[in-house]
Amino acid sequence: MALSLKLNGETHTVDAEPGTPLLWVIRDELKLTGTKFGCGVASCGACTVHVNGEPVRSCQTYVEDLEDAEITTIEAIGDDKIGAAVQQAWVELDVVQCGYCQSGQVMSAVGLLSENPKPSAEEIDEYMWGNACRCATYQRIRAGVQRASEILEA
Amino acid sequence: MTINTSRRGFLKGAAAASAVLIVGARPDGALAAASSDGAQLNPFVKIDADGTVTAIVKHFEMGQGPATGLPTIIAEELGVTMDQIEYEFAPSDPQVYNNLLFGPFQGTGGSTAIANSWMQYRQAGAAAREMLINAAAQSWGVDPSGVSIVDGIIAAGDKTAPIAEFVAAASELEVPAEPRLNDPSEFRLIGNESVRRKDSAIKGNGQAKFAMDVHLPNQMVAMIKRPESRGGIALGFDDSASKEIKGYINAAILPNQAGVAVYAENTWAAIQARDMLEIEWDMSAAETRDSDQIKAEIMAALDAEPEFNVNQADAATVAAAIDGADTVIEQSFYFPLLAHAPMEPLNCTIEETAEGDIILHDGAQMPTGPHMAYQQIFQLPPEKIQIKTMLAGGSFGRRATPDADYQVEAALAFVVTDRSRPVKLVWTREDDIRSGYYRPAFGHKARVGLDADGNIVGWQHQVAGQSIMKGTPFESFSVHDGVDHSSIEGIADSPYNIPGMALGLTDTPKATSVLWWRSVGHTHTGYVMEVMMDLAAKAAGRDPVEFRLSYLADGSDPDQSRKAGVLKLAAEKANWGNPADGRAQGIAVHKSFGSYAAQVVEVSGDPESGIKIEKVTCAVDCGIAVNPDVVRAQMEGGIGYGIGHVMRGQITLTGGAVDQSNFPDYEPLRIGDIAAIDVHIVPSAEAPTGVGEPGTPPAAPALANAINTLSGVQIAAHPMTEDGISFV
Repeated sequence: MALSLKLNGETHTVDAEPGTPLLWVIRDELKLTGTKFGCGVASCGACTVHVNGEPVRSCQTYVEDLEDAEITTIEAIGDDKIGAAVQQAWVELDVVQCGYCQSGQVMSAVGLLSENPKPSAEEIDEYMWGNACRCATYQRIRAGVQRASEILEA
Repeated sequence: MTINTSRRGFLKGAAAASAVLIVGARPDGALAAASSDGAQLNPFVKIDADGTVTAIVKHFEMGQGPATGLPTIIAEELGVTMDQIEYEFAPSDPQVYNNLLFGPFQGTGGSTAIANSWMQYRQAGAAAREMLINAAAQSWGVDPSGVSIVDGIIAAGDKTAPIAEFVAAASELEVPAEPRLNDPSEFRLIGNESVRRKDSAIKGNGQAKFAMDVHLPNQMVAMIKRPESRGGIALGFDDSASKEIKGYINAAILPNQAGVAVYAENTWAAIQARDMLEIEWDMSAAETRDSDQIKAEIMAALDAEPEFNVNQADAATVAAAIDGADTVIEQSFYFPLLAHAPMEPLNCTIEETAEGDIILHDGAQMPTGPHMAYQQIFQLPPEKIQIKTMLAGGSFGRRATPDADYQVEAALAFVVTDRSRPVKLVWTREDDIRSGYYRPAFGHKARVGLDADGNIVGWQHQVAGQSIMKGTPFESFSVHDGVDHSSIEGIADSPYNIPGMALGLTDTPKATSVLWWRSVGHTHTGYVMEVMMDLAAKAAGRDPVEFRLSYLADGSDPDQSRKAGVLKLAAEKANWGNPADGRAQGIAVHKSFGSYAAQVVEVSGDPESGIKIEKVTCAVDCGIAVNPDVVRAQMEGGIGYGIGHVMRGQITLTGGAVDQSNFPDYEPLRIGDIAAIDVHIVPSAEAPTGVGEPGTPPAAPALANAINTLSGVQIAAHPMTEDGISFV
């Protein structure tokens, strides 16, 4: 069925059945491949996108529930001030290794800084717990969030 | 690890006017330069007419850093900045882009990417520099010795020009037979802390393209329904329910009957259609054992006469020395099956061109593997098969299967179609956890005798487990006189000067498909060595650092002094012996893949209510650190990988089927699990050695030793939850 999705500021008409995870519409239909498939069961966070400014796992978010929602993916998060700061911090600190989880890490980090501009290490660990990184770049993710916080404060 | 730089067989390109300087190795091993149609020369360095330098990277990038390290080496010798150099992954060509440590085989593994490329890439960069300098010298009528290239600018006296100006002329010149390499004292980029990763920005903004991101026009997505346990055979299927799924195309039994391929228009349709497929299996040849049974077989083998006397020791004499010792420490250990679980589930895409060529899009760790397999499957000569290497979302060994498992699976799923549509094979996380290859389960039993002064008088060590290498094309590399070195590496060949060691090995029967897993045998051998050294030190009433150093005391042996060096540095940086109140420290040191790593883990809490990993301090000696921050990152990641799995990771089997299925029951390390990691690099003038794996082996034993000091609990089975340890 035809559905209308508001994504990265544009309205897209997509062909998807109810029950289709947003992840697969973003990746396979809209060909925005920055959002990653990691587990399909919302336990790794690689597929994190923002719906109305809140991070959600797109593998467990269904297209029929997104009418009127504003969806933002990694491709557009840099247009946001916090997103740009997180991406700058990620580059400054060379947070990434394989990089496959990092779109999701960035989207979650932006979510954290949006609600808590100066998180402590413990608050970062708590908020980012659900974003797995098999390369174990966690130390730099933590530092990256703190660096982004500094950039935003400056 | 050097290549022939003679001019013999030098082949000049025909179209010099196109002004592209390409320097690299030709099939006969000689460095060669040619113009743009020299693409068939498969070079390491390419310079476009606009001066853009491209390093051709022969190793895939799974996060370990060659897409930064190899361009760094080229840029260093050539005289350009890191902003002036780009990278491209090399095509599949085992004659030109082989790993110099693997023979005529292109591949990444064993922490060798920088180690084997070091001189080759320096020479390629230096040759390009000399040709540009000679071209400028001729044009300007000056002596080449007075010409330099700094930050991409060629200069002699008051004359300057960007390198682009002399690319065309340089491509006409002779390749220097022996290009002068920069003296390490001149290095600007190698060892420079300010050099950043080349792939950071694209991985933080979603632009990085992994194989999973390939969308070819008209492609189908294929998923394979595989048997619950290895060895099942597909006899038939019923797809009537799958047909209800919009986007489902059809299904076909793979030619080898190892599963049924489901084809769909997109990934979600493939996932659903596969779920609904009913398959008739013949499970008569499938594995049926439970992992408890496999463990019992391994542990029983430790009590029997070993199949192989690995180091040809007189076991009876060693046993007698231990029997007569003042103190005897005896401990058995068990290491379970482990999955690699890279973040990007396995996948690759295969297409056929109008000319009948086969193109594979893959995060290819060992391109030569699928390249050879595809020659057989498609009955094509090697030049009709192309492999396009994409960024890889992790591997930890999983993408380097000797039988090119998933690439072959994709090819089989492709050949049963009419080949008119590209096929993208996608594994789900469940496929990865349940149908993959695993770190083999291993058991160890060690007996160590100490004299009255607390010195080791004998070390009897038995190992039992499934050989990784036997029965694979890599057998001849690793198996000698029946002993698979990868089963016992890091024990008898440790730099420790341990008197009276007897090492036995027993191969146990095949339980499942096994594979190297970040640091291979060192995952278990390093653990046992370092836990036993710690127990021995504690039994002797000696400090664990001092005790280890007494077995690394031969200053004339670089192997011992380098291992001692990292041990001392880690202890110093961790303020060894002075943990904060309520905390305990544990230490471990291990050599693997030519590098030395020592780690101090500091813990608090208690096993029942939860151990907290407060800090890991690491010292590494990997020779020259080409990109120090990448080295540091690899230590951080290696530590996390080692610790994450011993905390709570294991694969178990029931009736031959894997019990775990996804991250909820194969729980990865999470951000809060290790509070801090601090890495120190030993300054060195030695040639670079590996960093991808050496950070992993010491992490788990250092943690176990810390927990033992804190609580007295001795950790003998993994994961540590099996020993009653919980973590916070």
